[in-house]
Amino acid sequence: MAATSSVRGAPEKPASWTLRLRHAFDRHLPMDHLLPDRQPYYVGSWVYVFGVVTIAALAWVVVSGVVLSFMGPQWWHDSRVGLFFNSLHFWSVQLFFFFMVLHLWGQYFMAGWRQGRAATWMIGVVIFGISVLTAFTGYLSQQNFASQFIAINAKDAMNGAGIGAFFNVLNFGQMYGLHVMLLPIGVTILVVIHIVLVRTRGVVKPIDPEGGAR
Amino acid sequence: MIKPMGATQEEYYRGVRMVPYDLVKELVLAIVGVGMLAVLIAAVLSSPDVGPVTIATWAQQDPVDFVTTASGELAGSTTSAGYGAPYNSAGDGQSWGPIAPQKWFGVRIPIDPANSFVIQPLQRASFSNTALGTALSTWQNGSSDQQSSWLDAYTKALASATVTDGSVVVATGDYGPLPVMMSNLLGVAQSGGLDGLLVINGRFYQTDYTQPLLFMGDGGYLAGIADEAHLTGSLWGMMNETGSYPGQTWLWLYTMWYQVFPFNSDTGIIGLNAGNADLGIIILMTLLTAALALVPFIPILRDIPRWIPIHRLIWRQYYAPRKASAHT
Repeated sequence: MAATSSVRGAPEKPASWTLRLRHAFDRHLPMDHLLPDRQPYYVGSWVYVFGVVTIAALAWVVVSGVVLSFMGPQWWHDSRVGLFFNSLHFWSVQLFFFFMVLHLWGQYFMAGWRQGRAATWMIGVVIFGISVLTAFTGYLSQQNFASQFIAINAKDAMNGAGIGAFFNVLNFGQMYGLHVMLLPIGVTILVVIHIVLVRTRGVVKPIDPEGGAR
Repeated sequence: MIKPMGATQEEYYRGVRMVPYDLVKELVLAIVGVGMLAVLIAAVLSSPDVGPVTIATWAQQDPVDFVTTASGELAGSTTSAGYGAPYNSAGDGQSWGPIAPQKWFGVRIPIDPANSFVIQPLQRASFSNTALGTALSTWQNGSSDQQSSWLDAYTKALASATVTDGSVVVATGDYGPLPVMMSNLLGVAQSGGLDGLLVINGRFYQTDYTQPLLFMGDGGYLAGIADEAHLTGSLWGMMNETGSYPGQTWLWLYTMWYQVFPFNSDTGIIGLNAGNADLGIIILMTLLTAALALVPFIPILRDIPRWIPIHRLIWRQYYAPRKASAHT
């Protein structure tokens, strides 16, 4: 403790970078905010469930995706077990988007960005955008007729906007690599940041309290 | 300066009634519940997997379309042959006024459809095939006028071609070496050889299907199957999936723009029309996505939730006592 306080009693920055990082975590991310056991009484609406079920669906997308990527992109076309895991992946993605859109609309009508929460909203929109891209590369990686048709049509949009010069939807290897590696990592990291922001800033109060907090 | 979040949150909640809440239990229940739902739907409904179209299937099922497309590649009349960047310099690509990103980045995936889809595969197939080797030499030694004349006559003849035992038969005419070249290309394609020749590109391992997909995209066979499966652009294109399965329904807004003015019009307005719809719609969607991200800072958009009292339904527990006290 002596290393962190001056003789006048004011807090002093420790020399150790490790201690500085730990203290920053203690200040900004205390465990009772990250994992609270009490919430404001107004957090009782079903709308709050849309966020957690979106995370739950993402967990199933990742689990089923890891199994599919471990076994390789051809596996599910020839194996009943593989087809089941592909179906689990497919429907988890559908549920993920369904819940995420409900969560987005719920947060919009709650104006969830108020009182210092704009970054949380903006990161949420970026997560939605990257999720769309991840799903798109997934549809292109299916190795079936839908993949062929989507690739042939999507190339014109990508090329017309100049994106196709670097993001070739006809190149299975590029799309598959992005789908199973880079884009999921991006979504996961941003979701973690999104959740940490929600937990550290707390749940926004209802609109127009008219008389202050209750 | 950012205030410590701990102090901020405690200050923020000061005076607010707090109730017990088991966050971890909620998450575990959500994971179990959503997992059960996903497993149930997956087990009952499975997932779409209509097999891919191969060049072999195309050449076997619709040899006339295959040969017509291959001839079109030589004539430079297909979509790929006149595409432009990033494949070649044959077309200008899409632009909107000075905005021409397709052209800015140039030819980054070079493909010469005539050579890549027809001549080079035939050169590989001509190994130990003297008749094909001679036909190829005749073609390559012919003047461009001569080649055009052969192609013009052959393409016209293909319009009334028939199929006999998988081969394309045209009326007698002066087509130069084209019938030999095309019957060999068709034979290679029907055997499955062209599927491999278009991806191998001098390497053994291959994951890039740009060439075969562009070639198939130039023909009418794959597009016809997509049309029968109601997957085409006029029916909301990429949102759809084969069978009765949901596709990328979250692309509804992006896909919708293709159905409305000016993106479905040949004339359009302020330079935006069907010809540069892809570029226009990508720009529009980028702006709309940016607007969604910036909603907290955009007047009207950020005020709509206050005007439409859906929040009173969401937080009805919060607002209910207030109403009750107002009545008393």
